[in-house]
Amino acid sequence: MLMLTDVLVLAAILFCISVAGIFINRKNVIILLMCIELMLLSVNMNFIAFSHFHGDIRGQVFVFFILTVAAAESAIGLAILVVLFRKRKTINVADLDTLKG
Amino acid sequence: MIEQIIFYFFAAILIISASMVITVRNPVHAALFLVLSFFSSAAIWLLLEAEFLAITLVLVYVGAVMVLFLFVVMMLDINLAPLREGFTRYLPVGILVAVLMLLFMALIVSSDSFNLNQAEGIKHAADYSNTAELGLILYTEYLYPFEIAGAILLVAIIAAIALTMRKSKTLKTPKPEQQVAVKREDRVRLVKMESEKRDT
Repeated sequence: MLMLTDVLVLAAILFCISVAGIFINRKNVIILLMCIELMLLSVNMNFIAFSHFHGDIRGQVFVFFILTVAAAESAIGLAILVVLFRKRKTINVADLDTLKG
Repeated sequence: MIEQIIFYFFAAILIISASMVITVRNPVHAALFLVLSFFSSAAIWLLLEAEFLAITLVLVYVGAVMVLFLFVVMMLDINLAPLREGFTRYLPVGILVAVLMLLFMALIVSSDSFNLNQAEGIKHAADYSNTAELGLILYTEYLYPFEIAGAILLVAIIAAIALTMRKSKTLKTPKPEQQVAVKREDRVRLVKMESEKRDT
């Protein structure tokens, strides 16, 4: 019998893996975007698990909206990445220091 | 029992492919492992009776977003060596933070205060349609958020095109505002000519 705790722990593991990915791949913007996608996936899995185990379909509606926003976010992020590469010939985060922030 | 075996099988694939995403050297391989993790989580969502969203995940994410990722990765000519530096330096910190976070989350999830491990999955009848239920609530109760989601997608399309569009300097295109402003007098000149006399 599948328990709610199993799915929640799986989503937690997935989230922690992507947090570790953001830490260890801090130079590469493409991998950072992929880690954000993995985080959103783990959050969606939590929503679907609660929706299934509590019998409430509203959780899946929220997953639908999160998918929409995530698709828009990654499309714009990749567009910014392409423009950035055209201007600077690099996607290394360490080289993007024009703002002196 | 069979449900649990399927769940643990796909969960193992999901965790292994997610850790490959963050550790492989080549971004193309990372994108392909991300596709694998999306597929296995779609299988888990099918197990949790979210059929429509599982199919949506495969169609929208694997079909569109991941292809976009692969396209961008292959289009950019990236020098990988400087992007990998500091990998071993930040690895212990990353693992430490991840393990601590996982510990806290597991403590919360497994504690008795929330009664999470007593919840039983809701069993639906065989003719239960997840898509119909989702559509029913999406087009009634969540109609305005749904329209806003459509507007967000439109904004994303326009923003992506506007960001990446590049005008060539040598390109010759007509200017519509000048074309519209043209009057008859600018183009047509009436010439009055005497008819020639024919010699007879």
